[in-house]
Amino acid sequence: MSNNPFPLNRDELLRAYRIMKTIREFEERVHVEFATGDLPGFVHLYAGEEASGAGIMMNLRQDDHISSTHRGHGHCIAKGVEVKGMVAELYGRSTGTCHGKGGSMHIADLDMGMMGANGILGAGAPLACGAALASKYKNDGTVGISFLGDGASNAGNFLESLNLAAVWDLPAIFVVENNGYAQSTSRDYAVAVDSYVDRAVGFGMPGVTVDGTDFFAVHEAAGEMISRAREGGGPSLLECNMIRFYGHFEGDAQTYRGQGEVDEIRKNRDCLKKFIQQVTQTKALKQSDLDGIDQEISVLINQAFDEAQKAPRPTEADLLTDVYISY
Amino acid sequence: MTSTIIKAITMPKWGLTMKEGLVGDWLIEEGDTIDSGMEVVDVETDKITSAVEVADSGTLRRTVAVPGETLPVGAMLGVIAEAEVSDEELDAFIQEFQENFVPEEADEADSGPKTETAQIGELKINFLRQGSAEKTAVLLHGFGGDLNNWLFNHMALIENRTVIAIDLPGHGSSSKTVGDGSFAFMANTIQQLMKELDVSKADWVGHSMGGAIALQLAQSHPTLVRSLTLIGSAGLGAEINADYLRGFTQSESRRELKPHVQQLFKDPSLVTRQLVDDLLKFKRIDGVQACLQTITDCFIDEGHQGENLRNVLEAQDIPALVIWGAEDQIIPANHASDLPSQDNVHILEDGGHMVQMESATEVNKLITDFWKD
Amino acid sequence: MAREITIKEAIREALDQEMQRDPTVILMGEDIVGGTGSPGEDDAWGGAMGVYKGLFGKYGNRLLDTPLSESAFIGAAIGAATCGMRPVAELMFIDFLGVCFDQIYNQAAKFRYMFGGKAETPVVIRTMYGAGISAASQHSQTLTPIFTHIPGLKVVCPSTPYDAKGLMIQSIRDNDPVIFCEHKNTYDLVGDVPEESYTIPFAEANILREGDDVTIVTYGLMVHRAVEAAKQLAKDGIECEVIDLRTLSPIDMETVIESVENTGKLVVVDEANPRCSIASDISATVAQQAFKALKAPIEMVTSPHTPVPFSPDLEKFYIPSTEKIIASVQKTLSY
Repeated sequence: MSNNPFPLNRDELLRAYRIMKTIREFEERVHVEFATGDLPGFVHLYAGEEASGAGIMMNLRQDDHISSTHRGHGHCIAKGVEVKGMVAELYGRSTGTCHGKGGSMHIADLDMGMMGANGILGAGAPLACGAALASKYKNDGTVGISFLGDGASNAGNFLESLNLAAVWDLPAIFVVENNGYAQSTSRDYAVAVDSYVDRAVGFGMPGVTVDGTDFFAVHEAAGEMISRAREGGGPSLLECNMIRFYGHFEGDAQTYRGQGEVDEIRKNRDCLKKFIQQVTQTKALKQSDLDGIDQEISVLINQAFDEAQKAPRPTEADLLTDVYISY
Repeated sequence: MTSTIIKAITMPKWGLTMKEGLVGDWLIEEGDTIDSGMEVVDVETDKITSAVEVADSGTLRRTVAVPGETLPVGAMLGVIAEAEVSDEELDAFIQEFQENFVPEEADEADSGPKTETAQIGELKINFLRQGSAEKTAVLLHGFGGDLNNWLFNHMALIENRTVIAIDLPGHGSSSKTVGDGSFAFMANTIQQLMKELDVSKADWVGHSMGGAIALQLAQSHPTLVRSLTLIGSAGLGAEINADYLRGFTQSESRRELKPHVQQLFKDPSLVTRQLVDDLLKFKRIDGVQACLQTITDCFIDEGHQGENLRNVLEAQDIPALVIWGAEDQIIPANHASDLPSQDNVHILEDGGHMVQMESATEVNKLITDFWKD
Repeated sequence: MAREITIKEAIREALDQEMQRDPTVILMGEDIVGGTGSPGEDDAWGGAMGVYKGLFGKYGNRLLDTPLSESAFIGAAIGAATCGMRPVAELMFIDFLGVCFDQIYNQAAKFRYMFGGKAETPVVIRTMYGAGISAASQHSQTLTPIFTHIPGLKVVCPSTPYDAKGLMIQSIRDNDPVIFCEHKNTYDLVGDVPEESYTIPFAEANILREGDDVTIVTYGLMVHRAVEAAKQLAKDGIECEVIDLRTLSPIDMETVIESVENTGKLVVVDEANPRCSIASDISATVAQQAFKALKAPIEMVTSPHTPVPFSPDLEKFYIPSTEKIIASVQKTLSY
């Protein structure tokens, strides 16, 4: 007998789990593969932060737009970007989401409303304002969401965007995914205010702080902001406090973290464990439901990596394509 | 008895906007005999390079303009007189002319004729009307052209006609729509324009596509037509240089367009960069490309002219003058053969498709003589 | 019909006609309406140079005054462009590119490429450049080379009213990001402009004057100085071919090479500072592609390697003058 106390129905709960688990498995696998030296460039893993991406994206439609950060895999997956294409992109293959031209930091799929992971921190904030601005002219009720980290929240781009969104009353949501560290610099050092809500209010919009490891808390807070924005209520800021399991980038020894800090958060602050506990304890979902999904995801990830490793590499001719639409 | 008549050769005004011309080489020397219609000196304007043709005959006594100098419209280029006229008289003539010569002001409000517009339904038609004679003549340019195609003819023709040169729909400064692209649409619009301008009958002069439109008009509205002058006209046969039409329509750059435009003239060096640039400017106006394509699609059937309007000349009793350039590379001159009134068919040696420009003096004379009858 | 209007009016007309034709065209920038939120009249400024005057009355909220936040609003224009709008955003002075350049060169310019050919960013960024009104170092630069350097951007520099209108219409209709550069000292130049809408393709240089003796290549305000120099040289029987590039990216090198193959002599005039300038770019390309045709070393007439001075006396020395152009032409002819 199921007893669902949550404001999401069974299908939605399953979908939420699928999103978070896919992100987790994806990132864990990238972590393993990256260590072999086969993945070129840099990757920045979202493991540990899944509840934020899933909680927000579950409130969005395909035609809502998000702009992301360098740590964009989670946002991509939650927004519906195809996993196989993403893996091929990490390997720089021509079957990648961006045909190998973008890499981990620039995966984008505009058809899915994903305006791109971004290598420039804070640069996504104005872009999301742009999406929100377009939404007003098109009158289609969509929103623009800008994801940023605690570090990027100090960037001029972000602060200017807060003001602009408030001045123009844009259907924009700024999500500060505060995982406590900007590369190696702690948030407590680099941000003068105690909470980003202070900045929100300072710039003329409402702000809310949530535990970013609690899917339901994120989902509810984001839901309220997004509905309000859709109805013309203007912009908001959501501070999601969370943790990242891995370093800033893969290869980061994380020596700036306290002794045992990472072990502790994996044990006690894992958002996926929390979600599983919440849904199974209330019997909203059964473990067997989750196992089924686990199995599917495992197959998907394995296939994605297998195919990506065998996928064709781009040729020299591909180097010169798509600089312009026409020149 | 010796003639003491001294005539000045002056810088002509080719088209509405010409203010000055750059004098090129003299084609004859002092002492040479001039026949009417002879080309005497090259002149280059910002629109075109051509030779000044003189209507008068006599002896070239003085070349006044020097190659390389720029002179305003109306300035003296040279002097024609009989051999017997004395140098002193020539000097006096020249001095008097130069003292009294006032070039037209650059920004004078009424510097030359102004075009007018008329609203015909949804179309705005631009036209140039000059002269004050009782009878009216209407000039219709060809595909891709405009009323300035007649720049060497307009002034000469206003002697005993009020001359109206029209920018056809889709062309010049008229609205850029051409309906279904048919000659009937064009003819219909023009007929309504005539009504608007209170013209009940006119002598029609049509070049190339303009000729076909004139024929169409004669077929659908015969009372409007006093006479027809057809120059390198469409509608009189099947053959046409469809490649030229396609090339002209689709060319997007100076380089692409120039060789096509050069086919219009017997002497391709007449095609200056400015001429090509002006055509490009026209083609780049919104809607022009579509107009040209629509006209071509309607007119050309598998590389041939789709409309045959020869019967208009054959069946009807309209006085017709037919002029063709022997070197016409667009529509072959043999379309002028076997027409009813062969007396009034003239194939000019020195002309290509744009014979009304290349042999302007001769063409003007043929037309004015034709109208006198 | 063509009539004489100024470059400023030509640009306004282009914006007006495109806004009329396409509802996705929106304009944004500082003071482009002027008076937003203030008690005085609406449309108080119509832009710092009055380019937009009158458009607010016609299009209302499709014109947006922005806060002083270049990065945010240029970025917003770019973001909106990827979402189906066709914004024309104003970067008031090209000198301000520093505060928002990331959005332009790291975002807009690279979306198409980075995202594997799946993004369209049809944004136009209008900006003023050039010296001559004593606006001093931070408001007088010609930073066109910086934009030209970036793959993914198109750079347009009209010098006449006809070109300004046609190229602006073309820029708005183009689906790639375009930087539309207007020399601040040319807004009142007049010329014949058709009333109807029309376009001018990019990468088509304009030959203002034909000549067989020397090729002068330039853009922007320097076009007019080059034409003046050519007129003066013609009095001495020297015929210069004057080429106005009109667009710097893409660039019409074909016309330049063709001309140099005829004249054998090249003078490039560029108001930008000399290191890594448009002049050096063109000179290197010509030296590479038309080496055999050259009968003299290429001459470059540029501003010096200094910031733009304030004092009008100094500014006069800074900007390439007609005399300097003439001297360079004569130098090539002395070989």
